[in-house]
Amino acid sequence: MRAPAVFRLVGLEKSFGPNKVLDGVSLELAAGEVTVLMGANGAGKSTLVRVISGVYRPEAGSMELDGAPFVPHTPAEAIRAGLVTVHQNINDGVVAALDVATNLTLDRLNGAGAPLLFNPRRVRREARAVADRMGLAVDLGARIPDLSLADRQMVAIARAMAHEPKVLVLDEPTSSLSGAEAERLFALIGRLKAHGVAVLYISHRMSDIRRLADRIVALRDGGIAGAFEKKPLDYEGAVNAMLGRKVSAGTLDLREAGVSVFTAKGLQIEPGARPFSLSLGDGEVVAVAGLVGVGKTALAETLFGIRRPLAGSMRLAGSAYQPASPKEAIAAGVFLVAKDRGENGIVPAFNVYENISLPFLQRLARFGVSQRRAERAVARRQIADLGIVCRSEKDDMATLSGGNQQKVMVARWMAEQARLFILDEPFQGVDIAARRDIAAKLRASAAGRATLIFVTELDEALETADRILVMSEGTIVGAHRNQGLRMERLLAEIAGQPVRGVA
Amino acid sequence: MTLRELAVRYGFLVLLVVLVAYFAVAAEGFASPQSAVFIFQSVAITGVLALGVTATLVVGGFDLSIGSVATTAMMAAAYVMVVLDGNALLAVAICLAIGVVVGLINGFLIVFMRVPDLLATLGMMFLLVGLQRIPTEGRSIATGMTMPDGSVADGTFSPAFLALGRHRFDFFLPNLVPVSVVVLLILAAAIWFFLEYTRFGRTMYAVGSNERAAALAGAPVKAYKIWAYVISGIFASIGGILLAARLGRGDIASGNNLLLDSVAAALIGFAVLGVARPNAFGTAVGALFVGVLLQGLTMMNAPYYTQDFVKGAVLVVALVFTFALSGASRR
Repeated sequence: MRAPAVFRLVGLEKSFGPNKVLDGVSLELAAGEVTVLMGANGAGKSTLVRVISGVYRPEAGSMELDGAPFVPHTPAEAIRAGLVTVHQNINDGVVAALDVATNLTLDRLNGAGAPLLFNPRRVRREARAVADRMGLAVDLGARIPDLSLADRQMVAIARAMAHEPKVLVLDEPTSSLSGAEAERLFALIGRLKAHGVAVLYISHRMSDIRRLADRIVALRDGGIAGAFEKKPLDYEGAVNAMLGRKVSAGTLDLREAGVSVFTAKGLQIEPGARPFSLSLGDGEVVAVAGLVGVGKTALAETLFGIRRPLAGSMRLAGSAYQPASPKEAIAAGVFLVAKDRGENGIVPAFNVYENISLPFLQRLARFGVSQRRAERAVARRQIADLGIVCRSEKDDMATLSGGNQQKVMVARWMAEQARLFILDEPFQGVDIAARRDIAAKLRASAAGRATLIFVTELDEALETADRILVMSEGTIVGAHRNQGLRMERLLAEIAGQPVRGVA
Repeated sequence: MTLRELAVRYGFLVLLVVLVAYFAVAAEGFASPQSAVFIFQSVAITGVLALGVTATLVVGGFDLSIGSVATTAMMAAAYVMVVLDGNALLAVAICLAIGVVVGLINGFLIVFMRVPDLLATLGMMFLLVGLQRIPTEGRSIATGMTMPDGSVADGTFSPAFLALGRHRFDFFLPNLVPVSVVVLLILAAAIWFFLEYTRFGRTMYAVGSNERAAALAGAPVKAYKIWAYVISGIFASIGGILLAARLGRGDIASGNNLLLDSVAAALIGFAVLGVARPNAFGTAVGALFVGVLLQGLTMMNAPYYTQDFVKGAVLVVALVFTFALSGASRR
């Protein structure tokens, strides 16, 4: 039995220039219920969130909160009316220069009725009340930079909840949390549900969705493509509605590794971590799965010459490999698609082809003079190869969707033949369609190199890899062929539990 | 392309053409070769400095020391020739060396000591303003001056050096184009080609736009940043050489406006072609724009003290162009 809707959207429309991003979205949220909104990148999720949180004004349609019309002109108005949004970027939700207590009561510094003077004792008292109500176990005097990402997230949500909202919008809240941290978030969401808050939860993580959803709404091309509320929920149907096509999962044509391309012996990448050995063969795609913070990025950086191993030796194609810089790694044929493309990959001032040619300018230039025609030819080939959706190779990166931006990052490094191709979280912030395209391309082009993919999501490893290595506490704790996997054991290794039989 | 995009893209160039046309009609003698050369000459030194600072803007930095590098080079040239009796070649070599050394120190402070660029070059600016006064106890350098130890400096500026400031090449008309204008045009073409058409320039833009991404693409980011400051230092010292050659003495009071004028030119350059980023062509046009405006207004009898006001107004308009209009049209 569904409770009556507290929040109702009717026929919302929003365009940017000629692009109709929201094309008549209607949605109802009920008190004490978690509604999961799924959508591929570019489906209009972020725009929808910005419209309901008062950042953008819709061009058509209406919103109703608790029976009254809801027309927020600013985010602050939305919050006062009882709708609170926690955005994807955790650091947008907290002010790093202030301590936890001030962050929790930040919104009371402004607005009608705010006292003129800042009273630290009162702030501490109010913050304590907020924290207690939310079951938040964080030192109120701590500075934000000293907190883990999960704790910052908790502070941001607790701060949002201090307004006692009727509707809480969470935009991909687990995207940078580890499993245990996400578990704390889920417990918190459970408590909010019990308080009768209507939650709109935006995510593409199937594990979150299975855990939380009371109902699922799929968004595609700016419209609602399907709503699923009959128990048990039809997850596959929701994914299909979101993608608009049938998804075939788990039909990999596994390959045997060819001759060994890369080997590492007694490699130690973090102080105190157990040394491990590693061998990667020609043509195989190997996934390294592990939680956030177990040393996956440290290993990727070691292989790419950003940091030096503490112990051990590496060999690439038969000769010793000790890169002192990314430049040397690239020269040896080791390429890295770094994680977090916005931070580590995209050059925003450059268009698509300039982004693709960046690492290989030297090879594309003649006597130091860059050959733009050659660069554009390479870019066009890569755009066709990876199916990047853009008007031309001269498009600005900002005009591309997240999935296509990621394809450009992969295309950048596939323009030349690698010996060892490393991708760190290549599917983060990428819609499922683009993710499948990238994975298929990686597999199709795998011959002639070893491919190593670092992922947090096990699904991504299962979809792409011939072999799966599990990382925990800075070392490799398990290796599995991606066939007839014993999932309990794999999960136990990922969770870092001692497993008998693994040295 | 929409009207708005066209306006953002070509607005500044159109404005420049309109200004020239207006002055040609309104101010008698404006539309003459001599007047054109005078405009170029008036912006030559500022322009050279502005082109140098453009290189640091491209890598996401800033160089506030350019003005004082130029005046230090000027004082050094005068000191070498007047006090030490050196020749023109030595004077030029010392000036360039000063530019390189200051650039290296700036780069070292910023890259290895992690001092923010504005602060490092601000410190360098103060340091150089003070340093150039020490050898002569704060006096200007000219032939016949009395040195701190009581002796008389009787060296002279060598004719070859003075020619850098005073020689004029024939160009259709005899004795038309001064050396400084030729130097400006050559340096402008060189830095423009370097930034736009070589892989080094492209990598510098990448460093300025996303340093992490550039480093992960294999670019030696630190080296590029240091190079940018060295380029800036060299250009500033060339500006100082031209200044010394024009004045024929080491004038302690000259060059006060160099820093602000050249930074303004580089920032106005952001707006040219609506690219909203530092670029050599824009910098050159920016310098020229200011020159045309001042020359035209002067010929129409605007008093000299309105000049800074006019420059400031142009800069503000250009910045609005860059950050409000072209920024919005890019989303």
